[in-house]
Amino acid sequence: MTPTAIDYQIMWNRLIAVVEEQATTLIRTAFSTSVREAGDLSAGLFDRQGRMMAQAVTGTPGHVNAMAESVTHFIREIGLQHLYEGDVLITNDPWMGTGHLHDITVVTPVFRKGVHIGFFACTAHVVDIGGRGFGPDAGEVFEEGLLIPISKFAERGEVNAFLIKMVRANVRTPDQTVGDMYSLAACNEAGNRRLQAMLDEFGIDGLDSLSDFIMVASERATREAIARVPAGTYRNTMRVDGFEAPIDIVVTLKVEGERLIADFDGTSGMSAFGVNVPEVYTRAYACYGLKCAIAPQVPNNTGSLLPFEIIAREGSILAARRPAPVSIRHVLGHLVPDVVLGALHQALPGVVPAEGSSALWNIQISARATDPDSGLPGAEILMFNSGGTGARPATDGLSATAFPSGVSTMSVEATEHVGPIIIWRKDLREGSGGAGTMRGGLGQVIEIEARDGYAFWFNAMFDRVVHPARGREGGGTGARGRVELTDGTVLKPKGRQKVAGGKRLRLSLPGGGGYGPPEGRARASVAADLEADLITGKQARDDYGYDGD
Amino acid sequence: MPLPDIRVGVDIGGTFTDVALQTPAGLSTGKVLTDYAEPERAILAAIEVAAGQAGVALGEIAQVIHGTTLVTNALIQRRGARTAFITTEGFRDVIEMRSENRFEQYDLNLELPRPLVPRKDRFTLNERMGPTGEVLLALEEAEVRAMADRIAGGGYEAVAIGLMHAYANDAHERAMARALSEAAPGLPISLSSVISPQMRELQRFNTVVANAYVQPQVAGYLSRLVERLRGAGIAAPVFLMHSGGGLITVETAAQQPVRLLESGPAGGAIYAADYARAHGLDKVLSFDMGGTTAKICLIEDGTPKTANTFEVARTYRFKKGSGMTVSTPVVEMVEIGAGGGSIASVDQMGRIQVGPQSAGSEPGPACYQRGGTEPTVTDANLLLGRLDPETFAGGAIPLSTDKAETALQTIAAAEAITSPEAAFGVTEMVDENMANAARVHTVENGRDIEQFTMIAFGGGAPLHACRQCEKLGIDLALIPPGAGVGSAIGFLRAPFSYEATRGLFQTLDGFDPAAVNAALEGMEAEARTFVEAGARGERTAEKLIAYMRYKGQGWEIPVPLPHKRFDGADVPDIRDAFETAYRTLFGRIIEGLQPEITNWSLTVATVLPDPVGVTRIDSGSPAAAGRTRRFFDAALRCDVEAVEVERTAMVPGAVIDGPAIIVEPETSTIVTSAYRAVGQADGCLLLLRKEIVS
Repeated sequence: MTPTAIDYQIMWNRLIAVVEEQATTLIRTAFSTSVREAGDLSAGLFDRQGRMMAQAVTGTPGHVNAMAESVTHFIREIGLQHLYEGDVLITNDPWMGTGHLHDITVVTPVFRKGVHIGFFACTAHVVDIGGRGFGPDAGEVFEEGLLIPISKFAERGEVNAFLIKMVRANVRTPDQTVGDMYSLAACNEAGNRRLQAMLDEFGIDGLDSLSDFIMVASERATREAIARVPAGTYRNTMRVDGFEAPIDIVVTLKVEGERLIADFDGTSGMSAFGVNVPEVYTRAYACYGLKCAIAPQVPNNTGSLLPFEIIAREGSILAARRPAPVSIRHVLGHLVPDVVLGALHQALPGVVPAEGSSALWNIQISARATDPDSGLPGAEILMFNSGGTGARPATDGLSATAFPSGVSTMSVEATEHVGPIIIWRKDLREGSGGAGTMRGGLGQVIEIEARDGYAFWFNAMFDRVVHPARGREGGGTGARGRVELTDGTVLKPKGRQKVAGGKRLRLSLPGGGGYGPPEGRARASVAADLEADLITGKQARDDYGYDGD
Repeated sequence: MPLPDIRVGVDIGGTFTDVALQTPAGLSTGKVLTDYAEPERAILAAIEVAAGQAGVALGEIAQVIHGTTLVTNALIQRRGARTAFITTEGFRDVIEMRSENRFEQYDLNLELPRPLVPRKDRFTLNERMGPTGEVLLALEEAEVRAMADRIAGGGYEAVAIGLMHAYANDAHERAMARALSEAAPGLPISLSSVISPQMRELQRFNTVVANAYVQPQVAGYLSRLVERLRGAGIAAPVFLMHSGGGLITVETAAQQPVRLLESGPAGGAIYAADYARAHGLDKVLSFDMGGTTAKICLIEDGTPKTANTFEVARTYRFKKGSGMTVSTPVVEMVEIGAGGGSIASVDQMGRIQVGPQSAGSEPGPACYQRGGTEPTVTDANLLLGRLDPETFAGGAIPLSTDKAETALQTIAAAEAITSPEAAFGVTEMVDENMANAARVHTVENGRDIEQFTMIAFGGGAPLHACRQCEKLGIDLALIPPGAGVGSAIGFLRAPFSYEATRGLFQTLDGFDPAAVNAALEGMEAEARTFVEAGARGERTAEKLIAYMRYKGQGWEIPVPLPHKRFDGADVPDIRDAFETAYRTLFGRIIEGLQPEITNWSLTVATVLPDPVGVTRIDSGSPAAAGRTRRFFDAALRCDVEAVEVERTAMVPGAVIDGPAIIVEPETSTIVTSAYRAVGQADGCLLLLRKEIVS
């Protein structure tokens, strides 16, 4: 049977279900908190050239778009002629996978009737990969943990026992890290079973013509959307905190008909610490930001990503050179969409939001007994927390909500069962949203104390403490972040620090920028914000000229 | 104790109020339009219709069983009481911050659902419990009194109290409630430690807030209903269907209305489960397709699968995450925006998309000739010959093939294909969407869908059942009679039941039998009180579930355990039970990791009488065939000549091989070329794949 256009549409639709099933398998079996609770993963199907055909609608853009490129690296390094049925390939190389060692990518070649026809790939953030742990303090990637080069996790169905031993010997959580490697392999297998059933149903033995159909339709839709953006050159600069010195992220967008080029020339050079970003991760987030504004309906695949040409000069902080440390590359990566959207605003006024808190305020906590002889066990706790998003042209920003990342927070009650800490506060940070006709989203305040007999260390990886989210079209800036103890002691926004027993850490997360002049805000909205304590009386008067009439 | 002779089930849905009256002579059913202003008026009207048909006096009715979408609608439409929420200082915004994520990645203008209680009505107390119920910060009496006075003077109609870790120690919640009831006698108060005593503050707070928010309205409605029934001479006790698939008294329902969410669909699942039991089917997928949505539920060993959390009031295209997660026992269902009224369109990639927007019943599909112009699934089915324009809805709604064709031309033009080809594309896409949802749901539960039998009901399901089975690799489907009022019939077949839950966090290493036994005793007493209120003296059974996971994981899985007094020697058995459940779901276990228990659930339910067994009939004599019609067989990709058979002709043993169409006033069953239909002893239609008949 020769497939018709409707058959191709149905198969395309089915592939989305296939990769959803692949992702679901991973979410349900993974150990990594960030996979399970926060959806920090991606899963997809590729043709034999390494073009991504479909991707599960889960996870965060950093994984999603970076994994799209990874399969071509596997093809180049291993060679199609060396692929056998039963092979499973693996890497966590930050420059070939998704940007830091904690992310493991597993690629499984797909065979049909003995012929190689494509790949399933998936990526997940594992609990531990050795080294210094998840934090910015390393000086080189070597200190950040074990790097697994592109290699075979299994060949012809035989798992590489040496690789497993090697990983087990180098990580703090051998059962969980190795368990997650198996989960990744199993999720590809689940996808493969479903794909084979579909090929049976439609009576075809290859993916090439279906892949061509998907690529052509997606690329065409994306290019049509780009062509609706007025041609021109648009430049934007945003200064953020960085680690040891402020960082300028500079982008020049060139729109020429159906082409769009984002060039990060002019961006600051590399840091001596782990805030550096491999270029693949920069491309992932730049592309995500542009796609949200220009072609949000087109599904993610190589065809829809291709029209966005993203360039960062090697050696800049957004295209870090080996062996730079890259552990917390997410911080700058999350800030990239604000920069490209700011440039795009010049071309498409009234579409993009103001700048937001953007970079997640992840916190990795190590609780330890103050008396080592007490026998009290230590614990590792990871929390995801979000500040405010920028106000939109016609609506307020979202308070305490992740953007551009797509992760979720964890329950405080559940976290307090995991480790000996008390979270005394996790609520909205009053007055932190940037003033504007549309108000920026509010940040949040979190207060954490070790339980009796404990102190804790935490890895700070927080931005927008010095340089706040800017408003747009006359909107005000969002509040800066603050990292301190409740007794007033100011702490560093990045790096490992200790909080002694009896002291409380207070994190005040940044707010989003406002949109439009504050005096244009509807009086009823100002009054409602005041009544709900979302803004202070002083802000109502000073920012909005509202005196409660 | 035998069931009373004459019982009536009433289901209030969005459009229709359905009734099913059981008498010794059989079942009579009725349907009237839902009355939004006074729902109880429609109930009485529907009961009168059914009683009239059956020749029963209203006074003879011995039991009224009721389910309603009223609670769900009140949450969706934000038509609840002015509610105050009292919580722990530092956690005022839990219900507003939600899980801090966006349910749609690429929408820059996304709006999150607003909390039921706005920030100005959320108040905090300086107090704090720890995770094991230890007091970290004591609650001051003076603060409690001040808060009570403040709420009393605030003009609130209901109050929810939800404090951190209250599932582990409810002392502070109770102290606050006592002070409030002194300061404001009669003001309804809901406590999180009563309504949903489980770990995870967002779900627990959502649940207690939702309960308080709908309580005055639901309590008022229920008392008016009882009064109205009394006035009409129905003195029988009234019971409510709860979302977990059982019955509670009207008094319990008025106290815990959050348990009534989704009671109608739960009735549908019970209806399917009853047929599963009668036919001896241990793995069943129920498939209920209406005008706007399709609902899928797994029924194993005659029991619908339940969960202890679910998401209500989704605001964004039925999208996961766009509603409000509440933790209350519920029959677990997957609902997708796929129904007869679902609207088809062509996206930017040139792909046909169907739903979730629906033309609903007004204006309805284009072929209804009531002003609808957009192409729907029903229009496509009409064009493909699967519906008869003359006899649809018993001839009450004449269908226009021309209007359907015109509507589908927009799709055909965009795709450069013919209208019938476009119609095929539309039905195939909606079938694909439903099949995918069913497949993912079974995978999530670690099941293989090909081993399941489908039970299809609701107006649209018989049209699509065979195609679903083809796509899913299912050999057998059952289409029960009376499917148009399935939920109301299901109410009559539900047990009295109550599920009590407790958060009690323990690693298996640190298993504390005394604490567990004490909690279980309390849960059993609680559940029994509610069940006994309805089921005086009936035989009951208990079902105990521990929610467990490996230490370090974030999702618990339900682990069935024997209901007994535990001691330390039971730990290996609990571990075995966990590993069995884990292996079923995930295909393996993980050596070297410690399991832990987070929540417990104990259900006490009356034991249902065994249904009359039905022996499957695979073959017999040919059914009396009527005229022939043509319809489009999707698997064959061509029109086929089909025999039309009246459903009434499908007597036990009557056989018709596909392609065939079995017609009845409410719907039509499409038997595709790959299937055979056989009438069963209880009036069901059995669809079986011809290959397995051999």
